[in-house]
Amino acid sequence: MSGETEIQNLKSRDPFAEADEDSGQTTQTQEYIHIRIQQRNGRKTLTTVQGIPSKFDHKKILKVIKKEFACNGTIISDTESKGMGEVIQLQGDHRLKIKDFLVNEETGLGLDEKTIKIHGF
Amino acid sequence: MSTEEPIQRRPSRKSVAFTEEKLVVDADGSVTMIATDNDDTKDTAMSHTPRTPPLSAALGAFTDASSAPADGAADGAAPAADLNPDGLDLSLMKKKKKKVKKDDEEGADGAAAAAGEEAIDLSMKKKKKKKAPKEEDEFAKKLEALNLEGGEGAEAPADENVQDGDMDKGTGIWAHDESRTINYDPLLSRFFALLAQKNPDHASSGTRSYKIPPPQCLREGNKKTIFANLPEICKRMKRADEHVTAYLFAELGTSGSVDGSRRLVIKGRFQQKQIENVLRTYIIEYVTCKTCRSPNTELSKGENRLYFITCNSCGSRRSVQAIKTGFSAQVGKRRKMKV
Repeated sequence: MSGETEIQNLKSRDPFAEADEDSGQTTQTQEYIHIRIQQRNGRKTLTTVQGIPSKFDHKKILKVIKKEFACNGTIISDTESKGMGEVIQLQGDHRLKIKDFLVNEETGLGLDEKTIKIHGF
Repeated sequence: MSTEEPIQRRPSRKSVAFTEEKLVVDADGSVTMIATDNDDTKDTAMSHTPRTPPLSAALGAFTDASSAPADGAADGAAPAADLNPDGLDLSLMKKKKKKVKKDDEEGADGAAAAAGEEAIDLSMKKKKKKKAPKEEDEFAKKLEALNLEGGEGAEAPADENVQDGDMDKGTGIWAHDESRTINYDPLLSRFFALLAQKNPDHASSGTRSYKIPPPQCLREGNKKTIFANLPEICKRMKRADEHVTAYLFAELGTSGSVDGSRRLVIKGRFQQKQIENVLRTYIIEYVTCKTCRSPNTELSKGENRLYFITCNSCGSRRSVQAIKTGFSAQVGKRRKMKV
């Protein structure tokens, strides 16, 4: 029993990574990228991506994403999102795809997976 | 063997106990045999002789004898503490004392029931002692075949038939002032039983079997979901309803309310599975201790508006993020927003 759990521990998390994460939480909360989902009417949903670093050109990202995911989307800027920076909003549930895109180093942004948080069900 | 016997005889009870224990623990068959023969006095006449004097001494110092069990009772904050001194070292003398006591002041002393049991045990043991020398070899063989723990094992044959009793009720060999040596196996099983009993979280952390009742989701009308057993789940997690509710709303990106019977009404259609997922993330984030993974934690508001989780098992304390709704797009008709 104990052996199993140890192995699980090894698999699931690296203690140092966790520590990093913790320090990140306290010092640089803003650095997280939040991917959320919102229900619309019926089966329809919206995916919002908040907190993509400003060094990236959001418009270009949106353009690529729209093409790749075959969906429409928009950028919601400061005034509407009330201090949450620019938020990319996509039609449909693209949470996992977006995450892959953000993490992917060749075709995406190559961000660190730890900075991404997926919310919702 | 012969060399060691005198050593055992000489020292006072306690020291005997310790040596005996040591012998049992680290030695293999032969040494343990020695240890046991202090107890059983099967093989040699030598061992018998030392015994009898203590008996007489015990008889003489009756007050002392009566105090001994009382001591045991006083000491026995932990039953284990009791068992060791009683069971291992004093066995002979104590038994005799007790027996004497029983005969003399039957019912006068408190431990009538226990004494009775002991008396029975004693008689059995005495018989065994007499028999033992003959049967010893057979027993020893069986013993060695059966268990490697020579010390306990060597004694086991004598006590084997009597090694029973209810641990929880404290009868048989588990009686409070029982003085027979208890075998290794029952002791071991007792240890684990107690461990599991006192620390239920250990097992759960090992197997990750932290369970909450499954959320019950009902549909109210077309667009609302009722989360019926939220209070129950919150109680299980020891968290405030409001906190869980806020987290649910933030994660699901909706809003809702609590109805008359404390059920949560969530706007939007959600299935049980989805709510379950959110609850799971909630537990990971706000309930389990990151250090020891115990769910036995408390959420409290520390200074300067930070929330802290304090673990009741390992005592660690960590801060958790406040629940943030984040961006939520405007869904629905614009007219409503403007008003």
